[in-house]
Amino acid sequence: MKIHEIAQIIKAEICTRNHDPNIEIYSACSADLMSDVMAFSKSNALLLTGLINPQVIRTAEMMDIKVVVFVRGKKPLDSMISMAEEKGIALLATDYPLFVASGKLYQNGIRGRGE
Amino acid sequence: MGTVVRDYMIPANDFTVAGEASSRVRKILTQLGVSPDIVKRTSIAMYEAEINAVIHGNGGNAHVEIDENKIYIRISDEGPGIPDLELAMQEGYSTAPDSIREMGFGAGMGLSNIKKNADILDIQTEVNKGTTVNITVFFNRP
Repeated sequence: MKIHEIAQIIKAEICTRNHDPNIEIYSACSADLMSDVMAFSKSNALLLTGLINPQVIRTAEMMDIKVVVFVRGKKPLDSMISMAEEKGIALLATDYPLFVASGKLYQNGIRGRGE
Repeated sequence: MGTVVRDYMIPANDFTVAGEASSRVRKILTQLGVSPDIVKRTSIAMYEAEINAVIHGNGGNAHVEIDENKIYIRISDEGPGIPDLELAMQEGYSTAPDSIREMGFGAGMGLSNIKKNADILDIQTEVNKGTTVNITVFFNRP
């Protein structure tokens, strides 16, 4: 699934500009604990989280996660957006809570396991 | 390829730059054409160790050596040390304060995540002296 399709499904705003719009996302992980994210080892993955700080971007970088979705109406700061853009990571923000955003993506074919 | 050696400072309690050393090493490994799986395992192990040094060790140093066979990382701090290493290695055991939990860390998963991703993990620790975490990741597991 492409980033713009994900944004459409969970009514998310795309906050970054220079990410790769053609990247295909197959799997997702929903967590507020970054160490839990680091125990998740799938590729082409998306991270949904209610946590909003620079360490989320760092964790995504280490894990090769190309898309991060902030839930419950949280918006990333400009400093986080530029950090993500530097690393080629897309940031999305949705008003849906974590469970609902995850459920909508699952319903549309994103799974917890990927390639 | 010759040996690549790098040293980084890990500042204490500064969460905005925590992970910077790991990020730089990740970039070097990618530039060297190291396989994505090895880059990821090394990144996770080093990042967790770096975060630990920020949270518990009052910051410290990272020393990295990359040769044709392996990546060796030494993260050392002069923090309080770990009184019971066996207990600290257990998943879920943590002494991190709530302020760290709010940052998404301190769930007691750090050391086990390092162990899972490193080929060799050696921790030297002494109470009131500090902790040194030695991580080795081989390009081809022996």
